[in-house]
Amino acid sequence: MNYADLFRVTLPETALELAALVVLVVDLGFLRKAALKVRVAVAALLGVAGCCVSLWAMQGQWQGPLRLEGSRDVLLATGGNAAIAQIGILVLTGLTLLLLIDSTFTQNSGEYVSVVLMAASGGMLIAAAQDLLVIFVGLELLSLGLYILTAFAKQSGKSAEAALKYYLFGGMSAAFLLFGFSYLYGLSGSTYLPRVVYGVDMAAAHGGAPLLAIALVMIAAGLGFKVAAVPFHLWAPDTYEGAPAPAAAFIASVSKVASFALLISISYTALNYIRSLMQESPVTGGHSYNTAAAFSVSGPEHVALTLSLFGGWTSILIVLAVASMIFGNLAALAQIGVRRLVAYSAVAHAGYILLGLAFFFWGNHSAQAVLYYILTYGLTTIGAFGVVDVVQRATGSDRFDAFLGLHKRNPVLAAVLLVLFLSLAGIPPLVGFWAKFNLFAAVLGVSAGPVPFALVALAVALSAVSLYYYLQVLKRAYVMPGVDETPIKVHPVTMAVLVLIAAAVVVLGCFPALLQGWIAGFYPVL
Amino acid sequence: MLAWTIYISFAGAALLALMPKGRNDLSRWLALAVAVAGLALAVAGFAAGMGHARQVIVDLPWVPSMGIHFLLAADGISRVLVLLTGLAAVAGVLFSWNVELRTNEFFAFFLALIGGVYGVFLSFDLFLLFVFYEIAIVPKYFLIAIWGSTRREYAAMKLAIYSFAGSAMVLIGLLAAYATAGSHSTGLVELGHAGLPASFQMWAFPLVFVGFGILAGLWPFHTWAPTGHVAAPTAASMLLAGVVMKLGAYGCLRVAIGLFPHGLDPWGFSLAGIGSWRDVFAILAVVGIVYGALVALAQTDFKFVIGYSSVSHMGFVLLGLMTLNQIGLTGAVMQMFSHGVIAGLLFAIVGRIVYDRTHTRRFAELEAMHLSKRLPFAAWAFVIAGMASMGLPGFSGFVAELQVLVGAWIAKPWWTAAAGVGIVVGVAYTWRALQKAFFGDVLPSAHVLEQEHGHKFAAITWPEVTGVALLGGVSLAVGLYPRILLDAIEPAVKTLLAGGGR
Amino acid sequence: MSGFPILTLLTVLPVVGAAVALWSGRHARNVALITTLASLTLALVVWIRLPVDGSIGLVEQAAWAPSLGIEYHLGVDALGALMLVLSAIVTLMSVDAAHRVHHQPGLYFCLVLVLEAGLFGTFTALNFYHWFLFWELSLVPAFFLIKLWGGAKRGPAATQFFVYTMAGSVALLVSFLAVFLSTGSMDFVHLSLLASTGELEQMVTAHLGPVMLWLAVGVLAGFAVKVPMVPFHTWLPNAYAEAPSPVTMLLTGAMSKMGVYGLLRIAIPLFGPQIAQMRTPLLALAVATVVMGAWAAVAQKDLKRVFAYMSVNHLGYCLLGIFALATPAAGAAAEASQAAALNGVILQMFNHGVTAAALFWFVAMIQTRTGGHRGIDDFGGLRKPAPVLVGLMGIALFSSLGLPGLNGFVGEFLIFRGVFPLAWVAATVSILGLLVTAAVILTVIQKVFTGPVREHLATFPDLHHGERLALAPVIGVIFLLGLVPQLVVDSLNPTVMNLLAHWRF
Repeated sequence: MNYADLFRVTLPETALELAALVVLVVDLGFLRKAALKVRVAVAALLGVAGCCVSLWAMQGQWQGPLRLEGSRDVLLATGGNAAIAQIGILVLTGLTLLLLIDSTFTQNSGEYVSVVLMAASGGMLIAAAQDLLVIFVGLELLSLGLYILTAFAKQSGKSAEAALKYYLFGGMSAAFLLFGFSYLYGLSGSTYLPRVVYGVDMAAAHGGAPLLAIALVMIAAGLGFKVAAVPFHLWAPDTYEGAPAPAAAFIASVSKVASFALLISISYTALNYIRSLMQESPVTGGHSYNTAAAFSVSGPEHVALTLSLFGGWTSILIVLAVASMIFGNLAALAQIGVRRLVAYSAVAHAGYILLGLAFFFWGNHSAQAVLYYILTYGLTTIGAFGVVDVVQRATGSDRFDAFLGLHKRNPVLAAVLLVLFLSLAGIPPLVGFWAKFNLFAAVLGVSAGPVPFALVALAVALSAVSLYYYLQVLKRAYVMPGVDETPIKVHPVTMAVLVLIAAAVVVLGCFPALLQGWIAGFYPVL
Repeated sequence: MLAWTIYISFAGAALLALMPKGRNDLSRWLALAVAVAGLALAVAGFAAGMGHARQVIVDLPWVPSMGIHFLLAADGISRVLVLLTGLAAVAGVLFSWNVELRTNEFFAFFLALIGGVYGVFLSFDLFLLFVFYEIAIVPKYFLIAIWGSTRREYAAMKLAIYSFAGSAMVLIGLLAAYATAGSHSTGLVELGHAGLPASFQMWAFPLVFVGFGILAGLWPFHTWAPTGHVAAPTAASMLLAGVVMKLGAYGCLRVAIGLFPHGLDPWGFSLAGIGSWRDVFAILAVVGIVYGALVALAQTDFKFVIGYSSVSHMGFVLLGLMTLNQIGLTGAVMQMFSHGVIAGLLFAIVGRIVYDRTHTRRFAELEAMHLSKRLPFAAWAFVIAGMASMGLPGFSGFVAELQVLVGAWIAKPWWTAAAGVGIVVGVAYTWRALQKAFFGDVLPSAHVLEQEHGHKFAAITWPEVTGVALLGGVSLAVGLYPRILLDAIEPAVKTLLAGGGR
Repeated sequence: MSGFPILTLLTVLPVVGAAVALWSGRHARNVALITTLASLTLALVVWIRLPVDGSIGLVEQAAWAPSLGIEYHLGVDALGALMLVLSAIVTLMSVDAAHRVHHQPGLYFCLVLVLEAGLFGTFTALNFYHWFLFWELSLVPAFFLIKLWGGAKRGPAATQFFVYTMAGSVALLVSFLAVFLSTGSMDFVHLSLLASTGELEQMVTAHLGPVMLWLAVGVLAGFAVKVPMVPFHTWLPNAYAEAPSPVTMLLTGAMSKMGVYGLLRIAIPLFGPQIAQMRTPLLALAVATVVMGAWAAVAQKDLKRVFAYMSVNHLGYCLLGIFALATPAAGAAAEASQAAALNGVILQMFNHGVTAAALFWFVAMIQTRTGGHRGIDDFGGLRKPAPVLVGLMGIALFSSLGLPGLNGFVGEFLIFRGVFPLAWVAATVSILGLLVTAAVILTVIQKVFTGPVREHLATFPDLHHGERLALAPVIGVIFLLGLVPQLVVDSLNPTVMNLLAHWRF
């Protein structure tokens, strides 16, 4: 391994870690006596600055990925999916930090920000990782940060409870994942994803299929936990409800982006392998897949076996997707708290995305569609949590009834909520609609056969159902008379961030080509 | 020129949304100005487009990677419906003049809805059409839920869910058509020429037709309509019946029939005489006509009568669509226009002129109020509107229904016979409502007499008179000189039928 | 014939008058008087300017909605023109009689004038759409005139009137729809031409199968309600009795003629063979109308109801004459009979219009003088306190009875003269109707005019000068047409010949 390369490629992560340290030093070293407000503001701004530096540092990645010394094996990919996901993580992290400025849930703002930054760096690692070990390290770095963040509201019992639940579930899922990874390594003798795919395929051809099936189920369980897919979603409602709002926003956005980026990497690798088996040129993402040529060893029967193997992975994803869509939407119908509602709707959204991943075969379109979805979803969710946080602090509750008369108490906040929730429901011309459309078009683009069609029909139908529960909140904000009509004051920075997010949701929705073009710009033209 | 109807409506909506509270009069005048400007543009566009086939107004790439264009264009059908929207908008503002609660928001939602409707009628890109279609749904919810009356939240939610279920079906069909065509374009014309396989059209057609049909009051998916209409504030029920239901019918015509004409082909077998989707939907339309009329006959709430009458009248539109011949389709478009104007007028009278003064819509109570004497303007306006609604010659409804019946007869005579029953019942319920609401013979109780002496109804205001004159005049003008619209509709229908592979 | 669009003007004038009347409050009656006078003048001008050969003249024609076969096509022959004159006269009488409208006079006269426009439109239209428009248009003001200014049971009466007529209209509409679908035309002239060569039936049969007979039934039903013909007449007594008398004048004087006119202008020309096929039942119904109308009049105690049933009876003669025409007959004698019958029918339409309107006018006068009494038994010896009124009313009554020298005689005589050779059974039975009518009228005269003077009638005021002046022209017309029927018949005869020449049974 070339250390210069390592430094170059991981410069953004390094920048984040450094920023985390700086925040700690500044907060603990210089601002111990300062007012909490000042400390929070300084910490948050420093964190945002760290994200900016990290963004700037990403330009070093253009020179190519990080490879193992003397081999073509890639440890950390650059460009393409990875770059988009990383930029997304940085931007979303910055936004969640800005929402912190107004918070009072903790005295330890420095620690909070540094944990956020470290978790974000873990997310960035995951997004780029091409090696099982790096993936696991990144996941743990991210997850440990999230457990801490969830527990950060130390006065709140709910926060502690949520963190404990999250931690227990998370630990178990990490164990599952590691278990699955170990099987993969055992079957293939490699930790580099393309080799793993090749290896397990060979192993399966020689009778390793049952072991592989166990491994895939384990991995699906581990990753399903990260993206909160049914039936591994149990932590989500409690965490979303108990965690401090900026932390919840971080969990709902950044961690999701990272996890789905990882799923994209896996899908990509598998896709390339199949294409090379079919004697087709590999999909040229940002990665270099010259090793692919070595994979083509076998006859048509083997190809059939391989396809059935991947069909198995697809089936697992479809099961997760369908379960998440149905259960997430139906469970959301029964909620009376907005945070839990957002949590269940997040489960549903994860289901839609998993559908996109299950039918992941169409050039770069699927990846782009998934990224588009998860980035815009993350953005919208952060805004939603921002609004919920403001309301919760003003009323002491996140129950639906806390939103009564919001349009009178703060019309701008209500308008932001309107835009964000309608976007989540998928109403055009807001960005959530385009995300869904993109994704479903990509799914049907793979094959317009009865199965994908039925699944898309189900997804569309369920997203119509979702309007009902989003409207339940909006109804209280706009329609029903308020009990308390005192205006709600919002910190100007918070308000600015929320308005910015809402504006972005509208603008990106009206000009969907902007974000699409930006994402497509990371891929070489085919 | 027509594209500006969309822009100014949305601009007006944004402006009103940002307007500080308390400036109610300013809000009203601004809304009126925007609506009138929209109507003026619609009229000018209509006049300028006379004799022209489809004219492209704007064509910009929107999402180039997916072949989605911001493509606005207008043919005769669009122009007629844009004109209707303009009329409904102006009338709607006039009849909402007395909205005092959150006035600026009301008109903001109102104009947003109008903008969406204009957009649907002018979109020639399937995708764009869908976007505008959905834009129109949300303001509807708020208009009803915030400013409505009877069980408004329930009705608004029901309407929203129905609309959304419908648009979900449309979206599925749209996605499927897009994926199947593989033409990488969502232009209506391009998709129409993409040669979608007949087997695909066979299932996409009913999906999309029902999806749009829900909003058009297609029986048995109509149940949102009466509750929605009744709960909605006057302007919203005028818009609901006047233009929003037309969105559904327009979608059925432009998208379902235009893109999937083979979906109407015979199945190759027949069950109880039903051998194609065409038969199925024609029967549903006829059932809607008769059912709506019969239910309207049994109502005790004035507004429910009008609500169910809308279901019945929209049945004629759908029946006209299923005739698939020149005269029937022309009649369907005529009926869209005609019903838009007449239903708007009826709702205005019931909701604004009567209800806002009497605060009841129950026939039993209205009968004792002697409204023909105390509100003669309302009574005679309703006489005129009722005559138009029951399809008396000289009003637009007669020409439209006549064409639909003729078209239906050419297609299958018994459709006409069944729909004719609807007309007869239509006369009955309109006349019944008229008699009960305005010319009641119940002797007033002493209590009512006392009230009548002590309490005079508020005088009829100028916006009401203007609105009634506008809508009534248009219906009469079109009835007396249907060529104004026919000359625009007929060539467009001809093109549609020719291009639709039939 | 082109030139000045006098028929359009004739129709528009009352509409304009109606609009003015609506806003002129107390002066509405004057506005209405002026308008109706002007209309009468115009109608007389039309009568004078008719083409001498009996064809349709004063034609106005313009494109309207060609794809629907709708055309603006107006024109009149002597039949139409006579109806125009009658409508104008009756409306004038009605307005004249309605000087006691205190409640919403503007609206009242507005509706009367709209009704007049409806009549004019119906009698001048030569395209179904246009015709139907005015046919229906006239219905609405009539409904409201009954509904708002009528007697105690006006509500049900108005509704019954509306429902019956509307049902008839629907039947008409459906039949015409079928004709339009088969031929693509709504033009009466064109359709008559098709029918006279038998093409119409072929086209309809080719398009829709053998339904021509049913279409004929539909059209006949539409008109039968309006005339009315037994058994579609039950709305009439209620409507006539409950309507204010001036409105009853309009209903019986002019509106009932719309039905007869429709039979002559539409039903017979288009559906001649079918009517010939149904001749026997139709004649039976006509006879029933004559006889039952008369018998029912006997049983009535209310003057208005008496006259209402007499109207039924009188219009029955028209029906009798019309359906008798459908008898297959050839030769000069038969043609002369047909011509006599048709002349009689048209004259009867006019005469009954004037006479019946006059009778209801007298009822109105009596009613206002006695504070609402109009039962036959409420009166007695009226000739003592009010000799002029009784005298004039007697003239009208005798005209109604068909006394030679008065106008009623000429029409009935011509009808029977024509019908006897064509359908002697029907004519013979109908004589019964004549006899019963005579009995009814004599009963009225006896019970109301003669006998001892009732107490409350002692101060019954006679006609004042204004009323005498207003009635004089009417009585004049009654005498004039009775004594010099050639005045009308000379103009009418060419049209009658023309019509008969084109009809095919």
